[in-house]
Parts: sequence; C-alpha cells; structure tokens
Amino acid sequence: MPETLVPALDRLQAGVNRYLHSEDFQAEFHHELKTWVGRPTALSFAPTLSKRWGAEVWLKREDLAHTGAHKINNAVGQTLLAKHLGAKRIIAETGAGQHGVASAAAAARLGLPCVVYMGAVDVERQAPNVGRMQLMGATVVPVTAGDRTLRAAIDEALRDWVSDPDGTYYVLGSAVGPHPYPYLVRELQAVIGREARAQMLALAGGLPDVAVACVGGGSNAIGLFHPFLRDAGVQLLGVEAGGRGPGLGDNAASLTFGTPGVLQGSYTLILQDAFGQVRETHSVSAGLDYSGVGPEHAFLRECGRVNYESATDEEALDALGECSRFEGILPAIETAHAIFGARRYAGSHPGSRILIGCSGRGDKDLSILQRTLLKA
Amino acid sequence: MRPCDSISAAIKAAAAQGRPALVGFLTAGFPTRRQFGENLAAVAAACDVVEIGVPFSDPMADGSTIQRASFIALAEGVTLPWILQELDALPRPRTAPILLMSYLNPLLSFGLDKLPRDAAKAGVAGFIVPDLPYEESDEIRLALGREGLALVQMVTPVTPVSRLAMLCKSAQGFVYAVTMTGTTGRSAEVPDEVLDYMDRVKRCSPVPVCAGFGIRSRAQVARFAPHVDGVVIGSALVETLERGEDVRAFLGSLR
Repeated sequence: MPETLVPALDRLQAGVNRYLHSEDFQAEFHHELKTWVGRPTALSFAPTLSKRWGAEVWLKREDLAHTGAHKINNAVGQTLLAKHLGAKRIIAETGAGQHGVASAAAAARLGLPCVVYMGAVDVERQAPNVGRMQLMGATVVPVTAGDRTLRAAIDEALRDWVSDPDGTYYVLGSAVGPHPYPYLVRELQAVIGREARAQMLALAGGLPDVAVACVGGGSNAIGLFHPFLRDAGVQLLGVEAGGRGPGLGDNAASLTFGTPGVLQGSYTLILQDAFGQVRETHSVSAGLDYSGVGPEHAFLRECGRVNYESATDEEALDALGECSRFEGILPAIETAHAIFGARRYAGSHPGSRILIGCSGRGDKDLSILQRTLLKA
Repeated sequence: MRPCDSISAAIKAAAAQGRPALVGFLTAGFPTRRQFGENLAAVAAACDVVEIGVPFSDPMADGSTIQRASFIALAEGVTLPWILQELDALPRPRTAPILLMSYLNPLLSFGLDKLPRDAAKAGVAGFIVPDLPYEESDEIRLALGREGLALVQMVTPVTPVSRLAMLCKSAQGFVYAVTMTGTTGRSAEVPDEVLDYMDRVKRCSPVPVCAGFGIRSRAQVARFAPHVDGVVIGSALVETLERGEDVRAFLGSLR
C-alpha cells in the first residue's frame, strides 16, 4: 500500500477497534439489517435438487436480501462505519455490480454521496446494475485502464482514495485488500453463517456435512464459513471460477492455480506470470473475475480446513439452469459455481446434508443467459 | 563508496553547485525496448540521479501517463531480468547513480535472495518500492543492505509528525517527499503548506530530501529549490519521451 494510505488505514483500524463490536454500533447495524435489508434471510430446503442428487440440500437465501445479494451486509456495515468516522463521501469498486448497487443503496439510505468504479467490460455485461446505481444517486465511473474488470476497478478506487485519504471512505466490497479490510468484511458478512448455522439446527435438525460457497474475492464464502470453522464435523468447500480451463488467463481460480504474491495490499495466492505480473482472468461471471483471493482463504487452504475446487463456465451455467428449473430460484452465475460444486460433492458423498450459500439472484445476468443458456 | 551513499553524494554534489538535484524517471523499455539504452543515456546526461521504472500490471500509485507507459512496456515484453541484463551490459563508470522503482510483486517474484546481488552487479544503487509500507519493509531492507543498496523511503503531506520521524530515521539515499495526496503526474500547485511540510521533512532527515509527484515546470522547481535538495521529474519526462522530443532540452529548461 502506498505511504499516503497508511494513516488512512491506521484510522480505519482505530475505527474498527472502537466501533465495530461496540453495543451501539451493533444495535444500529442489526436494526438496518432487520428493517431495511430484510434479515434474517430464509433457509430453504431444496426438495427436487435433493431428490435428483441423492442428498439433502439446503439453500441459504442471500438472494432474498435487499438489492439481491449478500453484498448489502458489508456495504451497510461499512457505510455506517464511514459515518462514524466522519467521512464526507464514499467510494466503491464493483465487478458484477452487486457491491456497487449495495453501496449506492447504503449511501442513499445514510445520506452520503457515492462514486462507484466499474471496469468498462463489466459496465457493458452488467448494464442493468449500472442503471440501478444511477437511480440511487451514485456516480458510476467506467475504468478503461488495465484489465477493465474488477482488479482495474479496485486499482482506480485506490487511486481516488490516495487523492483524498482524509475525507473519503473506501467501501471495499470483498474480503481482499490491505488489513483491516479482509477482517472487517468477514466480520460484517459472518451474519450469513451465524444465521445459517442456527437455521440448520432448527429446521434441518443438525449441522450440515458440508457448506459450499462460491469464491471470487471470497466475501460470501468467508461469511458463510467463518461461524462453522470450529465445527470439526462440517466440511467446507469453496468453488472458484474455472472459466474455460486450467491455462493462465482462462480462469479466475487463484486458489487452484495461483502462486503466492502481493496484490492490492494482500499477500495471498494470485494468478501471475513468471515475472510477477498479475494476469488477466476469464470467467463468465463478472463477480468472480478477479486475479487474487482474500488472504484468509489462502490461509484456510494452506492449513487444510477448507477445500477449494473450481467449476467451469459451462458447469456453472448448467447448474444455474437446473436450480432455476427445479427449485424456482434463478441464482446469480457466481452462485451457480457453488451449486455445481455441491452437485459434484453429492455425487461422491451420497445421502449427505449439504448447505449451499445462495449468494445472489441472477436477474442481473439475463443478457449473458440470453446469449448462452436461452440460446442453446 | 557504497552504492547507497553514491545517491546521497550525487544529490549533495548538485546542491554544492547551488542547484537542486534532478532525479529523472523513465519507464524501462518505453516507448520501445530498442530505445532503452539511448533514452537512459540521454536522461543520465541531464540528471544527477536516474530512476528507472520497472513496469507492473497494477500501478496503483501512478497516474495515467506512467500507467500507460507501464502497460506499453509490458506489451513490449519488458521484465525485471531483462532490465538488469541491459543495465549490466552498459558501460561504466556511470555519471548518475541508478535507482529502480518497482512495485513489490515483481521483486518478490524475482526472489529477494538473488535480487540484491544481481542488482548490484548491474550497477543499481537502490530501490524505490511505492506499495511497500515501512512496517513490512525489514526483510527487503536487510537483503538490499547486504550489498549496500538503498531502500528509498517515501513520505507524504498526510504523514503524521511522529511517523515522519520514524520514516526519516532509517532513510537511505534520499527521502522521497511526495508533494501531494494523489497519484503521479497531476500538475501540482505549490501552496505554502507544502513548502512548510518540505521544511519539516528536511529538519527530520539525515539524508537529502527530494520532492516528487506532479513537478513539470521551471516555476515549480524554483519554488521547491530553497526547501529541498532535489526534485523528481517523472510523468513530464515520460511524456517528453513519448512525444519523441529532446529530453536534454526539456530537463535543461527546468533549472
């Protein structure tokens, strides 16, 4: 991280220490989650998927949260924190547009101006979300530098923040970036796993054998996994974007194919060439299209607590079709990677109880689906 | 003389002649690999210290000019091993000490075990790593120190006074005093507060102080000159190279 941002990161750390776990902040945060975001989100039993896969399948329905994905949990938490820290404006990056929409919504709700940086490629492939952000008063800045996707958007947001480290609060949308972001995002997203754990005990009568989530930067996955880390009987499975295949540049599976390095303030696994240049990625899902991954996932992989696999574009789209057709739930393409991973797990573990993090809804993906699944 | 001391000495020698030292920046292999040696020679002839940019895929501290130069150099196939190989092949002794400006990841990828030796062999006097916070810098500082290479520290207008003292204490070569909050290249007005901040850095620093980011004109150089030992000319120099204009004439016009 540039020296200019060190004092801002120190202030953020002090703010996290002072507010995040304070009674007042938590009360305010949970009030917003309950009355505005619509939490707790449902846990749905998936009867047809269960029958088809020979398993017991449960979906944690983050797609039902306000703005359509888990991203709102973090956005509202960080925007509240920004207000406590006296920020005059917030900025955010976005890939699929879900974090941008969530940040725009939180900023509108809490009365702060909001600028969202979005790769030019993503502006095009997630056009409906651009309109949603604008309607909620945010300024969307297309980023034409670098890979023109999520990584370039983060670089550009960091450049904005460097220019005004005192007045601006950067609402980082995934469990990536410099400390304390990966920690902060995890703490705000852990509500997913806490609810899911309690709901499994109440509705399914016990903990799952495995909890499955998709991993791009890894915020919904760390939010789902974290409250289960001490449950030794619960396997955890992260599913990355396998894209077109295993070649460098053909996927976004940093945990599967990456090597250690430093990207955007984290020492983690990244997709890079032999000279430490971070490589462009490919995934059908804009939200997973990132060359790095949250450092805590790299750690959880290293220590063996979480298994990580990947699902290709084609596999994810197939799972998306199956979930839509048989459960009446159109998941985001990101989420569909987790659904495919769960199906593969069911294939090798018949009869198991599977919890899937249904991280977002797929309405935003219609233009891609029209060119792929609906065309076939 | 150790390489890191050659940097301070070159800056002090300029000051002794009553002029601010010029630290000239160019991105290696921009606009083409073929022109690297020629451009480097032109910059070295007109500057007291040369800063060579190692291109990186995510230049988050840089503005549009150096980003563009960086992406073009990468497309040209420029790598850190290539840069060191080119430098090693150039004649010595050098008139101006050479610093490499690189983001952290290409250095980690090269390997901190062999980087200091290979860099020293190529005649590099030190490194500037713009995304490396002081708190994380021990490993690379110690590694470079074994070959007498400098790790140049940046300070900024928002660096608190207590932190400024800590950063200056371990400074080597020179202290790189960033003129503004923001990325490289944006033309900066020079308000009095910035000069006060340069004075504070000067008082703290045991090594020379050079101001950098957004310095493009003779007027800016003249305003900084009484308060610092030198100035870094980056984006404006890269743009001169980009337009194919005379580097010596441009640098000569600044002081």
